[in-house]
Amino acid sequence: MNMIKTLFKRELRSYFATPVAYVFIVIFLVLSSAFTFYLGQFYERGQADLMPFFNFLPWLYLFLVPAVAMRLWSEERKSGTIELLLTLPITMWQAVVGKFLAAWAFIGIALALTFPLWITVNYLGDPDNGVILASYIGALLMAGAFLAIGSCISAATRNQVVAFILTVVACFVLVMAGYPLVLDAFAAWAPQGLVDAVAGLSFLTHFASISKGVIDLRDLLYFLLMIGFWLYASAIVIDLKKAD
Amino acid sequence: MGDEGPRGGMRMDLEKLRQIRGDEKMIETQALGKRYGDLVAVDGISFKVEPGQVLGFLGPNGAGKSTTMKMVAGCLAPTSGSARVCGFDVESDSLQAKRVIGYLPEGAPSYGEMSVRQFLGFIADVRGLPAATRGKRLDDVIGRLNLEGVLEQPIETLSKGFKRRVGLAQAILHDPKVLILDEPTDGLDPNQKHEVRSLINAMARDKTIIVSTHVLEEVHAVCNRAIIIARGRVLADATPAELEARSRYHQAVSMTAKDANAAREALARVVDVAAIEVDAQDGRITAFPKPGKQIFAAVNEVLKERNVSVREIALEGGRLDEVFRSITQAAPAKEARP
Repeated sequence: MNMIKTLFKRELRSYFATPVAYVFIVIFLVLSSAFTFYLGQFYERGQADLMPFFNFLPWLYLFLVPAVAMRLWSEERKSGTIELLLTLPITMWQAVVGKFLAAWAFIGIALALTFPLWITVNYLGDPDNGVILASYIGALLMAGAFLAIGSCISAATRNQVVAFILTVVACFVLVMAGYPLVLDAFAAWAPQGLVDAVAGLSFLTHFASISKGVIDLRDLLYFLLMIGFWLYASAIVIDLKKAD
Repeated sequence: MGDEGPRGGMRMDLEKLRQIRGDEKMIETQALGKRYGDLVAVDGISFKVEPGQVLGFLGPNGAGKSTTMKMVAGCLAPTSGSARVCGFDVESDSLQAKRVIGYLPEGAPSYGEMSVRQFLGFIADVRGLPAATRGKRLDDVIGRLNLEGVLEQPIETLSKGFKRRVGLAQAILHDPKVLILDEPTDGLDPNQKHEVRSLINAMARDKTIIVSTHVLEEVHAVCNRAIIIARGRVLADATPAELEARSRYHQAVSMTAKDANAAREALARVVDVAAIEVDAQDGRITAFPKPGKQIFAAVNEVLKERNVSVREIALEGGRLDEVFRSITQAAPAKEARP
């Protein structure tokens, strides 16, 4: 646990030692506000809630989270520091989790910085803050799942651009899994059970149900299992690469 | 750990005893091999390194030096064979093995955005240095590698020499028993090379060190044993002096004379001289002895007798680069034989 903390601290600090953190946070805040106020018609709707914000968040995350995830392992591989990391007395699991948690915390910080939106709706009206809190938790969980997928793909390549593109595609498929775009590809040949299973993997469905304010254990579990699975896969990929 | 004195002394004695008995192998590899598909990078390398040895890994680029070191250090899994460090198998006991190893990867990679102080602090934390000695160890390493002046600089802004020193500092921070240094002096200027070599020499007494290099002079400067690797196999394993003795130049006598012809004639009269060569560029004359013979005294005598005046005369120890070439460029069929 101590080791994870040490790795976590180093990693999180390194985000803020480079322009990455500031560029990311500024772009995230600007885009999320733009989506909320213009595309989401925040004022025109005449409702004091954050639905416009949370509706667009998955799409924003689809591009911004892979940008954070792509460097997780690719950069270590490219710069050779992975040799350093793997020869330190830490387990693979500690390294994977430490790095992941740092990236997750970083995205959490960016998400927390959207608090002016929350203040705004509370100033303008009387929103259901329980729903907003649930939505924030859902958003963070969804970001974690995106990140874990990105971690695994980043572990597989030393090329950050490749990692980015593949992560975006993988995340896009999972986001859209409950929609005809993806389901139709399965419906033609797969048994109904499989189609339902794929539909059940949809990020959007689970996120939407959390952001209605109902924190269902199944939705929580879905995201946590998703994170656990992809982190486990990351560790396996790094181990395989080590043998390669 | 109360009474350091007597205990420390006893431990030293024990270590010395083991050294004499030679039963403690700090590093031991058994038929260590690595293949990438059809390409065999390391082809069953076995060697043992004992305490106090500084082993030089020599070989042309792509010979398998780095691959072997990576496997011993634990960042690359072997496809066959095994390696043990201080008795810990690098695969099944990897954490234990990693604790006793200090490793400088090729090119000395480090986290560029961190300052030297932050980076070494991070390594100290991961290595789990106890709070009581942490500061002392850091100061010691920073002092040894002269890093005081750049402590607050981001590593990516440092010169190549400083980056290498940061890498070395990282490797020795936890005072490891075994040091694995992959080309520690590559790309350094002569002064920096000298510093790094002195550092290795200073640490050689109480550590076991493997250094890879393709700079042959380094073998003389720091190693007391050398292994020559080419095409993934060990082709020679000997002390630097023994390697030199394999050279054609071993025990040869070279000189520059005013009257080159007279000197050559005189040399031809020495019975044990096998061949005489004259360097086309600087006119240096070299007389090679017949195998196992010494000719220095005889040559001197003949020259005096014939009154040939030489500007200077030298007994050659042997040329490592020539031995290196002849070993690594030998026909593959010859390699198999010891």
